[in-house]
Amino acid sequence: MTTTAPAPEYSVIGTRPIRHDGLDKVIGRAKYAADIQMAGLLSAKILRSPHPHARIKSIDTSKAAALPGVRAVITAADIPAVASDRMQDLGETAVRLRFLSSNVLAGNKVLYKGQAVAAVAATSAHIAEEALSLIKVDYEVLPPALNVLDAMKDGAPLLHEDMLMQEFGQRTTKHSNIANHFRFKKGEPADGFKQADVVVEREFNTAAVHQGYIEPHAATANWNVDGKLTIWCSTQGSFNVRSQVATLLKIPESNVKVIPTEIGGGFGGKLGVYLEPVVALLAKKTGHPVKAIMSRTEVFEGTGPTPGSYMKVKMGANKEGRITAAEVSLMFEAGAFPGSPVNAGAMCALACYNLDNAQVDGYDVVVNKQKTAAYRAPGATHAAMAVESVVDELCENLKMDPIDFRILNGVKQGDRRVDGPAFGKVGFMEVLQAAKNHPHWKTPLTGKNRGRGFAAGFWFNAGGPASCYIAMNPDGTVSLIEGAADIGGTRAAIAMQAAEVLGIPADKVTPTVVDTDSIGYTSLTGGSSVAFKGGLAAYEAAQDLKKQLIERAAKIWETTADNVEFEKGEFKLKPSYERKMTFTELAGRLLTTGGPLAGRASVDARGVGPAFAAVIADVEVDPETGKTQVLRATIVQDAGKAIHPSYVEGQMQGGVAQGIGWALNEEYFFTNQGTMANPTFLDYRMPTALDLPMIDTVIVEVANPGHPFGVRGVGEVPIVPPPAAVANAMKRAIGVRMTDLPMSPGAVLAAIQAKGNGKR
Amino acid sequence: MADVWIPPMMQKLTGGAKRLEVPGASVRQIVFNLGKNYPDILEHLYDPEDDRLRPEIAVVVDGEVSHLGLMEQVKADSEVHFVPAIAGG
Repeated sequence: MTTTAPAPEYSVIGTRPIRHDGLDKVIGRAKYAADIQMAGLLSAKILRSPHPHARIKSIDTSKAAALPGVRAVITAADIPAVASDRMQDLGETAVRLRFLSSNVLAGNKVLYKGQAVAAVAATSAHIAEEALSLIKVDYEVLPPALNVLDAMKDGAPLLHEDMLMQEFGQRTTKHSNIANHFRFKKGEPADGFKQADVVVEREFNTAAVHQGYIEPHAATANWNVDGKLTIWCSTQGSFNVRSQVATLLKIPESNVKVIPTEIGGGFGGKLGVYLEPVVALLAKKTGHPVKAIMSRTEVFEGTGPTPGSYMKVKMGANKEGRITAAEVSLMFEAGAFPGSPVNAGAMCALACYNLDNAQVDGYDVVVNKQKTAAYRAPGATHAAMAVESVVDELCENLKMDPIDFRILNGVKQGDRRVDGPAFGKVGFMEVLQAAKNHPHWKTPLTGKNRGRGFAAGFWFNAGGPASCYIAMNPDGTVSLIEGAADIGGTRAAIAMQAAEVLGIPADKVTPTVVDTDSIGYTSLTGGSSVAFKGGLAAYEAAQDLKKQLIERAAKIWETTADNVEFEKGEFKLKPSYERKMTFTELAGRLLTTGGPLAGRASVDARGVGPAFAAVIADVEVDPETGKTQVLRATIVQDAGKAIHPSYVEGQMQGGVAQGIGWALNEEYFFTNQGTMANPTFLDYRMPTALDLPMIDTVIVEVANPGHPFGVRGVGEVPIVPPPAAVANAMKRAIGVRMTDLPMSPGAVLAAIQAKGNGKR
Repeated sequence: MADVWIPPMMQKLTGGAKRLEVPGASVRQIVFNLGKNYPDILEHLYDPEDDRLRPEIAVVVDGEVSHLGLMEQVKADSEVHFVPAIAGG
């Protein structure tokens, strides 16, 4: 681990205690959304569109409804009508309600194969499934727009006939599949290119990839006789689900209680609702609790991957290695409805570099594919694949070391992104230096068909609202209540920050993630925000409790609070310090000295610290099969402060593993008819432990001044550099610059053969 | 007065001005004062139906994306940017 300043002395932070939820998960006792059982529970199944683009002329559900065991059938007609174009703020993101509604159950059109069209609740899953086959949908099949470039053409089939292209908030008069176009500009790129000695221009394509969370979506709904709705589900944001369901069903948010179960991964894919409004409607109609569980195929076909993209990057540099100009165009497939992460991709694309002349254009384009969802640093990985490949080529042309080139051009405090804002304290230079000093970078790579690549990446990270309650127990432990779904060990990270303030070991804190009725508003587990914002809420709640404990100790000693000192879990009476009381001793006396104590805090966490990461990857390519093996991978990342280093390392390794999968194998493989041909894990090839080397991690700690312990987010940025790092390594291994993802064996073999034929 | 950076695609509405000094102690005041001189820009930034910034636009004040939108406080030497709203994963 590399640190850049003398670290404060902490007792708990920076240690590696066993996670509080570990045992239940290891022995299989933890409850996931599919585990929910209750009396009278019905099973729901979803009928999905067989066409990527079709008008729904009619739906006849009568035969399905008449099947014995079927209790209800619903279609979009059962969802309350949505005002035409109203945007709904849903915490960290905003959605157009009619699009959200259509993605839950299609209205008059289906816009991708797999879109939900109708749903059945029955006494068994088998009956529900049989009933689906009895629903008759009369479709008028329409030509689809399946590729971002095709969809942008004049005359392309329009997904939304009434949609007008927007240009940064301004609606134009142009009917188009381009939902939005925006531009950032700094300086004059044309002038910058005139100063360049070397110019590289490349085009890139990336396929849609899924987050690949191991737990499929599942949800159960139950209505009480008082009109209150309870939902159990696997989600990254229980308050977000509450808001979306209440808004879609037009019921007060306070009538909806969302109970987040343990979650088997999300990576951004469990921010929106799919099943939750459907089971709520079915439960309402039947008067029974209703549960739905997606199959893996439904997850692939019916939820949101990260988009496919087409990108064009042109960059120039002078002989000294200074980047003089850059132009980037990003065209992202939003899927069926607007809202790809092209915004973030455009803002991240050149964020690693301090540029005087640059321009970035972003296009959000609807196509007849699944509505895309967030995936770890949404948009940034695409952009980094393109920009970091071109930067690597500049380095090759200039014969410069890739890390030295980035040190020369990389951003520091005060430098501006192309979209305008200036960086505060950031650790990119420290990340690059740590990579340069790492044995991996210093050790020569030898062997045929082998190459080493380097790439860097940026992600903003996020803050936002979070709440925390901490209650004292008589035995000196505390119960900590919070509202953010724990995906990456955040219970532990939050508990440890409270423990640090209270001067007690982490295992004396029992953290629990609770439902929306049991804690104040807490925003999504997304944006790498939870250890930051939840940690801040825990810090403030612990400070609140500590203040009360000091006052209680003072009361017991018949003095005032300013005469009591609290240090390392011990209360001492000043000035002699002869009278002492441990945290546990005071806990045991609370009920007889004035009553129980609890601390609480609700915060809107500000002072977010952005993150940089860099990846070194060694690969070996088999020229006969095109198969690429990653021999060695190292990630260096600025965490600000690693609260629990093991979980930070886990995030870093997980991000690199997913990035390597994205680089080498994963893709939504579509037929010409718009059908995903590989909607199972057998054919959608994610990397396994056998495919990957041990991924080495280096945590750099450049403290974020906006957090009491210096925390930045860690969950997203590690996925950003790997595809470019692998592509850059492959260039050195086989002499071919791969520009399309995935760089699957077939693609690599074709590239090698094309090179042999003199075509590349 | 706050230093307001005009996004490239809005600069046609400000006569090509890239940065403007705008009085105001909050983003609301900044947006409406900007709108006094450049009425068309108000339509880009402000959602009158819900009295908020357009949901697809975020405001960055002194380097940090604001969750408060129009309510965000602005100092006399603040730097204000309008950028596309983003969501994390």
